[in-house]
Amino acid sequence: MKEIVILSGKGGTGKTSIAGSFAALASSKVLCDCDVDAADLNLLLEPSVEEEYDFTGGLLAFINADICCQCNLCTQLCRFSAIKDFKVDDIACEGCGLCARICPVKAIDMKSNVAGRWFVSKTKYGPLVHARLGIAQDNSGKLVAQVRQRAKQIAAEGDLDYIISDGPPGTGCPVISSLTGADLALLVTEPTLSGAHDLERIIQVCRHFGVKAVVCINKFDINELNTRKIEQFCNESETRIVSRIPYDAAVTEALMQAVPVVEYTECNASEEIINLWQNIAFLLKDKNDVGNAGLKNGSF
Amino acid sequence: MNIAISASGPSLDAQVNPRFGRCEQFIILDPETMQFKVLANTGQSAGGGAGIATAQYIVKEGIGAVLTGNCGPNAHQVLSAAGVKVITGVSGNIREAVELYKSGNYSSSDQANVGDHFGMSKGSNR
Amino acid sequence: MIISIASGKGGTGKTLVATSLARSLMDTYSVTLLDCDVEEPNVHLFINPEITSTEEVTIKVPQVRQDRCNHCGKCSEACAFNAIAVLGDTVLTFPELCHGCGACSYLCPRQAISETPYRIGTLEKGSVAGIDFVKGQLDIGRAMATPVVRRVKQCRSDEGITLIDASPGTSCPVIEAVNGSDFCLLVTEPTPFGLNDLSLAVEAVKQLGIPCGVVINRAGRFNEAVEQYCRKENIPVLLKIPLDLKIACLYSEGITLADGLPEWKMEFKQLAERIMELIGERNCNTQR
Repeated sequence: MKEIVILSGKGGTGKTSIAGSFAALASSKVLCDCDVDAADLNLLLEPSVEEEYDFTGGLLAFINADICCQCNLCTQLCRFSAIKDFKVDDIACEGCGLCARICPVKAIDMKSNVAGRWFVSKTKYGPLVHARLGIAQDNSGKLVAQVRQRAKQIAAEGDLDYIISDGPPGTGCPVISSLTGADLALLVTEPTLSGAHDLERIIQVCRHFGVKAVVCINKFDINELNTRKIEQFCNESETRIVSRIPYDAAVTEALMQAVPVVEYTECNASEEIINLWQNIAFLLKDKNDVGNAGLKNGSF
Repeated sequence: MNIAISASGPSLDAQVNPRFGRCEQFIILDPETMQFKVLANTGQSAGGGAGIATAQYIVKEGIGAVLTGNCGPNAHQVLSAAGVKVITGVSGNIREAVELYKSGNYSSSDQANVGDHFGMSKGSNR
Repeated sequence: MIISIASGKGGTGKTLVATSLARSLMDTYSVTLLDCDVEEPNVHLFINPEITSTEEVTIKVPQVRQDRCNHCGKCSEACAFNAIAVLGDTVLTFPELCHGCGACSYLCPRQAISETPYRIGTLEKGSVAGIDFVKGQLDIGRAMATPVVRRVKQCRSDEGITLIDASPGTSCPVIEAVNGSDFCLLVTEPTPFGLNDLSLAVEAVKQLGIPCGVVINRAGRFNEAVEQYCRKENIPVLLKIPLDLKIACLYSEGITLADGLPEWKMEFKQLAERIMELIGERNCNTQR
């Protein structure tokens, strides 16, 4: 079982389109949408939900107004300014529980909070584990961990070859949770200043956590000068570029039809995505290469 | 002295769970008598710091060693501070792993064998 | 007045809209531009500000005075984030897990815990041609973006117009960035992904009680679904930026529409005026 996670730093570079195409190309796999904040992979894969679970995030403070003596101690001590007029602002509360511990009349309870839902679904390409984090919820990293854990379990039980994870944008909590322990990170970038800048940061994140990263430059031909800059940077940082996907209007058309582009039409982009998947499958097979020799924390 | 084994099931015939912090249960076992109890891991559901919570939790059982697949830096630090030997890279059947331990086939590791957050998604059959 | 720019989906053009708006308004208003996408800040690439100061963003984490500690374990028990552990006569702290709530130090019966700053990111201040610029950046490998966003937001200005570029998504760092704005501009693209994520973002700003409007970027022949959604939700579509190779090229080079295609300055000025009208309509009794 090998797990590949698709990341980018910058949003909108084509992670989900590529993940959707991999879903159609890989033989024996489970799909996993780690972008629990704004999950879109399901739009391409038409899942039918088979299992559904509540996700319990952290705790939230709750003030019982009947008991509260309005001493205001909680308001003064809360570092997150989450208590106003003897009421807790659920959005600001981080669930540290200090208020509940110090309340002189024990008017505050910590209650667990259903922060989202997660699902195991059937798609025509195989099982999909996905989630929906509630608006303004904390603990997206924990939900990502839960989704990945279930995908691993499905892969183990079904003796599947691949776990294909569509990751979130950024470099913070949910990204770290999607990345750590994966066998390979595919970083999708685009030849824009923002894309290049964000690629540099996400490469550093992969290195920090000791996960081998390879790069795909999407729409490489929309600005070939920037593409060359990215190539040069990747070269210097010893990060392999495994694919250059040309700009192709068919990709947007496929997206409008909500179909993975490799299923939509034979075009330059879909041909290159097929190559990309073959490269990835090859890299995942070659154990020595997917090791982490020379990388920080490269102990597994 | 008792040892703790991260377990994929509640018996000695279960597999060693490769994860430490996010492992569902531990087997606390006396290697002399092979008497054991199963301990549900309250630490695994922590939002963050599951390894630390788990390590603190099982240290209270008065164990001398932990047998597991992978142990991250934070949990390793806690276990070491409590004087518990950490034996990583253990896999397969629990009964066999305990026999190997008793015959001195394992040596403890001085440091974590995996990076941060490693067990956040690791399944049970790697 | 504070206008935040958010999107749900990444890569829809938030930063392009925020920077183009800033560059179009700077002649008429004093503009403060805050880059609150602290995981991947990009605003500086478009406006090339001169950075005048850099400081560290820190949270307060516990520091235990061994001479006072009697290893009672109350701190560890109180910590909801497993950031402090007591084992025999050793106390271990894990600053990367700490949220800086202060529970351990407050509850320590022997006042053995003080708090010490722990770096999680940086804050840069600068300016360019009448725009005050502030950027927050989360350090590599750090998970907690929200405190960095909070720090950047402290730099908002009470005068003129403050523009906030938020990160994609709808979770804590986005909410922290958008919360307290007078208006939220939601930038979307006319694709199924764009629409789905727009609806999530709309839910979020509605929950915060912030009036919003939509900018459709890469607008073309597929706009209908987004426009239909906006009509149904009674959200005004305030601007359409067409799918255009010239604009895509400018974007790839980090050039705002106001700089690359000056005719857009008027569009963005009108966008700001529409927003002011909308806010005025909705709370005509506010201090404006």
